[in-house]
Amino acid sequence: MATHEFAAQESHAHPGPQGFIRKWVFSLDHKVIGLQYYFLALAAVFVGMFLSLLMRIHLVAPTAILPFLGDIKPETYLTLVTMHGTIMVFFVLTTAPQGGFGNYFLPIQIGAPDMAFPVLNMLSFWTTFLGFIVMLAAFFVAGGAPLHGWTGYAPLSALQSSGPGEGLGADLWIISIAIFCIGALMGALNFITTTLDMRAKGMTMMRMPLTVWAWFVTAILGLLAFGVLLSAGILLLMDRNLGTSFFVPLVTINGQLTGHKGGSPLLWQHLFWFFGHPEVYIAILPAMGMCSQLLSVFSRKPIFGYKAMVYAILAIGLLGFMVWGHHMFMSGMSPYTAFAFSIMTMGIGVPSAIKTFNWLGTLMRGRIRFTSPMLFAIGFVSLFVSGGISGPFLAQPVLDIQLHDTYFVPGHFHLIMGVASIFGIFAATYYWFPKMFGRMMNESMARWHFWFSFIGTYAIFMPMHYLGMAGMPRRYSQMTEVSYLNGLIPLQKFITYAAFVTIAGQLIFLVNLFWSMFKGKQASDNPWEATTLEWTTATPPPHDNFGGRTPVVYNGPYEYSVPGAPRDYVMQTDPEIKPAH
Amino acid sequence: MATFSTTATVDDPRISLGDDGILPPVRGGRDDDGSGPGLPDYATRLRRARLGLLVALAPILMLFVSFSSAYVVRQGLPTLDPRTNALVRDWIPITLPKLLLINTGVLILSSVFMELARRQIRGQAARASAKSVPGVSVVEQMKIPWLSMTSVLGLVFLFGQWTAWRQLAANGFYVATTPSSSFVYLLTGTHAIHLMGGVLALFIAGIASLLRRSVATRSIVVDVTAWYWHFMAGLWIYILCLLEFAG
Amino acid sequence: MGLILLIVIWLITFVSTYFFVAKTWWLPVGASAAAASIDHHFTTTFILMGVVFVAAQVALGYLVWSYRDRGTASKVAYSHGNTSLEIVWTVLTTVLFVGMNLASSSIWASERFRAAEANSVQVEVTGMQFAWYFRYPGPDGKFGATKPELEDASAGGEAALGLDTKDPASKDDVVTGTMVVPVNREIEVILRAHDVIHSFFIPTMRFKQDAVPGLAIHMHFTPIQTGEYEILCAELCGLGHYKMHGMLKVVSQEEFDKWLAAREAEKQ
Repeated sequence: MATHEFAAQESHAHPGPQGFIRKWVFSLDHKVIGLQYYFLALAAVFVGMFLSLLMRIHLVAPTAILPFLGDIKPETYLTLVTMHGTIMVFFVLTTAPQGGFGNYFLPIQIGAPDMAFPVLNMLSFWTTFLGFIVMLAAFFVAGGAPLHGWTGYAPLSALQSSGPGEGLGADLWIISIAIFCIGALMGALNFITTTLDMRAKGMTMMRMPLTVWAWFVTAILGLLAFGVLLSAGILLLMDRNLGTSFFVPLVTINGQLTGHKGGSPLLWQHLFWFFGHPEVYIAILPAMGMCSQLLSVFSRKPIFGYKAMVYAILAIGLLGFMVWGHHMFMSGMSPYTAFAFSIMTMGIGVPSAIKTFNWLGTLMRGRIRFTSPMLFAIGFVSLFVSGGISGPFLAQPVLDIQLHDTYFVPGHFHLIMGVASIFGIFAATYYWFPKMFGRMMNESMARWHFWFSFIGTYAIFMPMHYLGMAGMPRRYSQMTEVSYLNGLIPLQKFITYAAFVTIAGQLIFLVNLFWSMFKGKQASDNPWEATTLEWTTATPPPHDNFGGRTPVVYNGPYEYSVPGAPRDYVMQTDPEIKPAH
Repeated sequence: MATFSTTATVDDPRISLGDDGILPPVRGGRDDDGSGPGLPDYATRLRRARLGLLVALAPILMLFVSFSSAYVVRQGLPTLDPRTNALVRDWIPITLPKLLLINTGVLILSSVFMELARRQIRGQAARASAKSVPGVSVVEQMKIPWLSMTSVLGLVFLFGQWTAWRQLAANGFYVATTPSSSFVYLLTGTHAIHLMGGVLALFIAGIASLLRRSVATRSIVVDVTAWYWHFMAGLWIYILCLLEFAG
Repeated sequence: MGLILLIVIWLITFVSTYFFVAKTWWLPVGASAAAASIDHHFTTTFILMGVVFVAAQVALGYLVWSYRDRGTASKVAYSHGNTSLEIVWTVLTTVLFVGMNLASSSIWASERFRAAEANSVQVEVTGMQFAWYFRYPGPDGKFGATKPELEDASAGGEAALGLDTKDPASKDDVVTGTMVVPVNREIEVILRAHDVIHSFFIPTMRFKQDAVPGLAIHMHFTPIQTGEYEILCAELCGLGHYKMHGMLKVVSQEEFDKWLAAREAEKQ
């Protein structure tokens, strides 16, 4: 007897496209596009990690001569800093969780056969890919890549003469980001329309998995934020190349007037951070959704406080647009404005705290299975707490006086963005790999990967808080010029060693990923015994996701250990259960 | 608390049939590229397309909101004159070419034509479904080419904007001459680029009939383009007012 | 596995906390009037957030061990949450976060909401790629005009600032590469930048402010201990950012007067 009702409604199965180009290159299938985004992010993260490794070496050994690369000059160091940050934030953290897993699983988790606009989806990937190529091209043009940091503050970024790499390299950097904005906006359009308009029968908004809520709100953030970044980029390109003065006041470089006058450097900061702050929530929300999902599945327990979790995601999204000034407390902004932003920033800590309480509440009185996705989900909670706790220090302007632009800040944002968010990507990979590739990843390699990553990243980024307290500024290519900084070099060396070890540990993941695709143990359709819609369909899913049928949904997404049920999980499509929700 | 009916038996949850399962009859047509699932019905497609457009208008709006805020800030912001150690404002208002008012009229008229085109093809789509009923004959009314006329006016508007730029330049106002001139070029130029996208959509809608796309599909394309077009007209009026009254 | 997770999480938590509590790498000694209240608020924040940090991590470690799957011995408590509990911890968190912030705001207000006192010592601080220059207005109490066209960094301090020697107010302006100030006096700094954004950071004075081209930003601090203190640039300004530093010398009032008089005499 069937436990799942399907309505033969709008969709019908038909074979997908034939031919390599239509099937794998210009595919309109959201699953293929999701994988394309994922592998783009994978390439980007290894580029980004390599750049950071060079940074770490130079910082503790400024005069070292490296094989093939020679010595790294101070300006080159700053180029590494700039490109590491830009590539990681855009092409990894905004790409893998949303473009990768969101594309693959959002339609399936809501019971849709594809995204609303498949052609647009395909274009959004190739646009993003083009953006990546342009970004990499900046390394190879005359002058090289820019040195103005991923934040690109004007006038440093607005004047071609302000430093090496600020010529064509900086223009390419801006153009790449502009292209990325357009790709991201196209993707956001698809996510929002699909979530609002293509949910299967019975899939109400309050029955959507928290992963879908996270992707949905992330897309809204992107929709409203990337347009502002694009506008800032356009103005910056105009200042750089057309002689306008949006951001550049009357300045001299090496005593030479530049022809600009009257512009405002703070205007750039306002526009950039109006985008930049929602961007960090774009980076973390999908991982939060993932964590909620996994803690529930592997505690065999519903998520604690589903409604509160949804409201928290919405609150984080909304408040995320109101706090951008906390990046600018020392910028010359009015201290009254700083106070206002500071209060709002403390406010946004509240929904994050609620989510953390709810994650702990999910674990409590559960029945925890320590699978590899679960390890990374648990790791995520720990890292999110650590990264989050340093936030209130920076959110208070009096303390920010001391900590702004010191290593305390990268300690904070790496733990929360550079690690917790990445743990979300790892967790999602281990969790959904069976569904995407029909095979299980190797558990033993996965555990090694987890321990290397968990301990390694703490070893790298926790000490940065101490460095910041002691007064080590950011973006210093070496520490030899200021006497008290010399005393901090041993701690920096420790961080560098930790970085080497941690990055080596990531190779385990790479090997596991590719080996398992071909040689992993065969996976069943629902190896984790989870309830959401992707586990009701074949492994891997057919071209239209559900093999010619449309699912009908009866239950919420977290019905685990329902009293009286024959198994400890009830699929969303199972009509026999009538839980309270 | 959940309840569970104990008389039910539960199978293992496996429904995968792959691509060769039992298929319901094909409904509707295929995607125009032939590779998507079968098309949902016209009402759903229209609703989805309109929703997509509404969502797409948000970032476009944010782009112009961002430019507007830069405009207001730049206008009001004093800057330090290093020679006098004093704060000065360097905003010089700019006189807009009168041609812009004519262009505005052209754009508003094009919006009227666009709306007529939208209703025209919607009527055609409705009659098309009636035509498939045997025994019904539909008299085709004389067709005024509203769609083409909209395209023409769109191009006239763009040409008019280009001419207005030339007039500004002739008066010595280039992109970087003053902050106010920078914004005039920026705002009108960005708007023009977006309008070009609208003109492109009109061309696509126009040749869609030559490519034998169904009238339902064409109707959706025109509908979405029409709303986009009206938004662009409204946006233009806003830009003009901003430059004229807040300059 | 649950036990190993507990041990590792607790170990990481206690080791990190240890280094914070032991102040192994810590804030430099505070030498300004504001330092005491700022440092006090640091301590308050550390204690409050430290308690939350330790509690959350300890709870996480404990929960993953205690509720590991023990086969039939494990009983799951099916529950969708507890609304009253949600409300309680939401309110508590809000009170904690906002309260902590409001407490710090009074310090912020006293530092930043008021202008410098009338009898403060004025120093104009100018940042440029890659050096700090300090200008004292001299007996006339006025800063002379500067002209960007006159800037010439290779010709010493006054030329680096582009000082317009034709302006009578410039005659008594003293420009140095070291910042000398008297102890226990309020120092008003007027921050300027010639080219890109720099940031004037004196860790021991708990002082940081961006120097923005196009703006002259007025700030103040009061040194309360004599000595020599590092000044660092704290905003990425180009390839020489790491070596753009200066020195603050806090001396007695008499020494300051003598030093300034000597600099004035040199100009004759």
